[in-house]
Amino acid sequence: MSAVIENHHDDHHHGPAEGITRWLFTTNHKDIGTLYLWFSFVMFLIGGAMAMVIRAELFQPGMQIVEPEFYNQMITLHGLIMIFGGVMPAFVGLANWLVPMQIGAPDMALPRMNNLSFWILPFAFFILLSSLFMEGGAPNFGWTFYAPLSTTYAPPSVTFFIFSVHIMGASSIMGAINVVVTIMNMRAPGVGLMKMPLFVWSWLITAYLLIAVMPVLAGAVTMMLMDIHFGTSFFNAAGGGDPVLFQHIFWFFGHPEVYIMILPAFGIVSHIIETFSRKQLFGYSSMVWAMLSIAILSFVVWAHHMFTVGLPLAAEIFFMWATMLIAVPTGVKVFNWVATMFRGSITFETPMLFAIAFVVLFTIGGLSGLMLAIVPADFQYHDTYFVVAHFHYVLVPGAIFSIMAAVYYWIPKWTGNMYDERLGKLHFWLSFIGVNVTFFPQHFIGLAGMPRRYPDYALQFADWNMVSSVGAFLFGFSQLLFLFIVLKTVMGGKKATDQVWEGARGLEWSVASPAPYHTFSTPPKIN
Amino acid sequence: MFFKFFKNLSKSLTLLFIFVATPSLNADWFALNMTRGTTEISNEVFELHMLIFWICVVIGLLVFSVMFYSMWAHTKKKNPVPATFHENHKLEIAWTIIPFLILIAMAVPASKTLVKIYDDEAGDINIQVTGYQWKWQYRYLEDDVSFFANLSTDLDEIYNLVPKGENYLQEVDEMVVIPVGKKVRFLITANDVIHSWWMPAFAIKQDAIPGFVNTAWTVVDNPGIYRGKCTELCGKNHGFMPIVVKVVEQDEYDEWVFNKRQEAIKLAELTTKDWSTAELMERGQTVYEVNCVACHQTEGQGISGIFPALAGSEIALYEKDRHIEILMEGVQGAAMNSFDYLSEVELAAVITYSRQAWGNAEAGDGEIVIPKDIVDYKEPKI
Repeated sequence: MSAVIENHHDDHHHGPAEGITRWLFTTNHKDIGTLYLWFSFVMFLIGGAMAMVIRAELFQPGMQIVEPEFYNQMITLHGLIMIFGGVMPAFVGLANWLVPMQIGAPDMALPRMNNLSFWILPFAFFILLSSLFMEGGAPNFGWTFYAPLSTTYAPPSVTFFIFSVHIMGASSIMGAINVVVTIMNMRAPGVGLMKMPLFVWSWLITAYLLIAVMPVLAGAVTMMLMDIHFGTSFFNAAGGGDPVLFQHIFWFFGHPEVYIMILPAFGIVSHIIETFSRKQLFGYSSMVWAMLSIAILSFVVWAHHMFTVGLPLAAEIFFMWATMLIAVPTGVKVFNWVATMFRGSITFETPMLFAIAFVVLFTIGGLSGLMLAIVPADFQYHDTYFVVAHFHYVLVPGAIFSIMAAVYYWIPKWTGNMYDERLGKLHFWLSFIGVNVTFFPQHFIGLAGMPRRYPDYALQFADWNMVSSVGAFLFGFSQLLFLFIVLKTVMGGKKATDQVWEGARGLEWSVASPAPYHTFSTPPKIN
Repeated sequence: MFFKFFKNLSKSLTLLFIFVATPSLNADWFALNMTRGTTEISNEVFELHMLIFWICVVIGLLVFSVMFYSMWAHTKKKNPVPATFHENHKLEIAWTIIPFLILIAMAVPASKTLVKIYDDEAGDINIQVTGYQWKWQYRYLEDDVSFFANLSTDLDEIYNLVPKGENYLQEVDEMVVIPVGKKVRFLITANDVIHSWWMPAFAIKQDAIPGFVNTAWTVVDNPGIYRGKCTELCGKNHGFMPIVVKVVEQDEYDEWVFNKRQEAIKLAELTTKDWSTAELMERGQTVYEVNCVACHQTEGQGISGIFPALAGSEIALYEKDRHIEILMEGVQGAAMNSFDYLSEVELAAVITYSRQAWGNAEAGDGEIVIPKDIVDYKEPKI
């Protein structure tokens, strides 16, 4: 992804610096995008390795591989690393690479802050992972870190966890501000708001969500810090505090966070389906309005994560209805994608395969989300594997498939080389089968009554847990193939044309492949 | 090369699968769906679940069939020239309004059932349920009965040293007993962290939160044994604090209450008995294994960094009064909670045990604690 050709028709007086300083001091959006993408891939493998530990322990009833204490550390770190280290930085990396090129801007608006927002991330995750080696072990209270398990009853490493979350939050806020400022100020003449590519739109909305909720998360962890070290009782019932307050604050951040991880995927998939259907996207403006509605609704549905905490009846009914309402704009998006494919002229290259799988599997995840919104039924689903199945369906074949689709789709533009189509398809089918074998049976396990975050389980859940583990190993090890394909493409391969894909639209396809180090130093002319 | 690798991998996985799947005769391939449960409410919840499930299936099939039709009929080969339409207002309005109506059709019955569930009237029998790390306490408010329910599955089963029993991880040392046909209300709270009391057969899941009392109620008409679990991550033994409710006929329930009261009286008599060190040790070990071993471990070695060791601890060796105080009051700001809910005999026994076992008797002053010491501690101080 980092190949750069220096003497090019769009040439400039300076190219990238040599050696390690290129990466340390870079203010180039393409370099920083590359850094973000590699970083997120490393985190994806680390978080994935933890998932393998979890699934290995759950392969059979009984404790075999790890102790419950360590198991809880694994589920906590797996969640934190995949969300904050895997999915979010991957989307920021894609935004860095693509937003300036898609709006005809020379770079991000705030390049030095861009460098800073990336380079603090490795420190955040170094701190988080180092807690594994501390006395008392890593955070063990789940990625949702409910107080008081995460305050009074937490291991000492919780303080490092809090500091690390602060750094991640600062990085996300800086990244988001950069995206907003870039989009608002640096669009080429003629790129009006309603002419922006959907990936740009999706990121503009995502960035506002990030700016709105990351400070709330920072507030939550700061209150935890005060409770742990400075004698306050925000969440300590014995001191007059309120443990449920923590959940309200956390999910006021947490639910928009869910959409932060899916909106950019909507943008990506819209581009890919349009390209490989060779047909203009159906309902552009309704796509934009749908994303805006989803984003706004995301602020008024948080308590659907808390249906069992004992909310008053009126609150339960309000949050049930508000949550169900989200299905309307989400449905519009799915219908639009299908309508785009309808009477198109479709081919099935790897990005398209991932995008189609996204639409199907994300829809399944969305439908199970609708089931979860029904409060009386949620009393049976809540905190069981049904929930685990639901959110993995929207996050793995949802967010992560969209990221993989994006890599296959744009990597020819980034490196100038085509990836190996045969291996790409193999990677897709292994991932597709793996993901479904892993997560589909978890619906059964959950409905049959197995709670989540259990290191061991009763015998009636044994069969499907074993199937799920086999699927997880298949999915996990298939990702090494992805690494291989990406490396192979970075190092060489069939040269890509500038247009790359027959049906591709957008400014990024008008520059050379690989994209020169500096693009659009003079604004492009838009017809 | 890659293909061969995956072929071999899948072959060995299949073999592994057959090898390990064969002995698990208790397992159940047909545990696919929610169960109906046993109460009127749980049946309504099941109906709602099936309604929304089938609606989702129909929506999914409609969307996917159009999509798969396109994937089959509108390939580049079959349809080389794509259509050019990119909007259709009537269609777009339709697929906004129709889902909206479907959602209302689902939300209305769901809200009705919810109103029924939120019936706050007092029950015929009111039971306070308190979550502890990692056990449940049940207090029958009218009948003056109180006890703890601990997991009764043997550690050897969990660590695969002996075959697992039929109710592996779903069995407790003392079941909650309720009578048929009576409205039973649970008042659910917690003593340390948040737990959640889930009984699928009654469709009850309520979080147990320190400082809050949540309520849930049920009327069960079918006698039997019903099993549930803790559903909120509450620390390392979250997976090991099941819930078992036994529903019996009224006269059997009355007899059970009578017997529980007799037990309590007998226990009170034990407080005044003269205890030998050996007797205290024996009883103390049992109490220790139920209440303390999860954190402080079998040899009193604790878990470095989170749960302090008792073997060789200054307090266990020399500071008898402080030792009693910790068990009675807990330790502020730490995971150690008060155990003042144990009986005087149990407290004296377990303190004696931890002052005598693991070489503590030889290393320290070896003082024992008798039930009277606990009674004295509880006397109002001036």
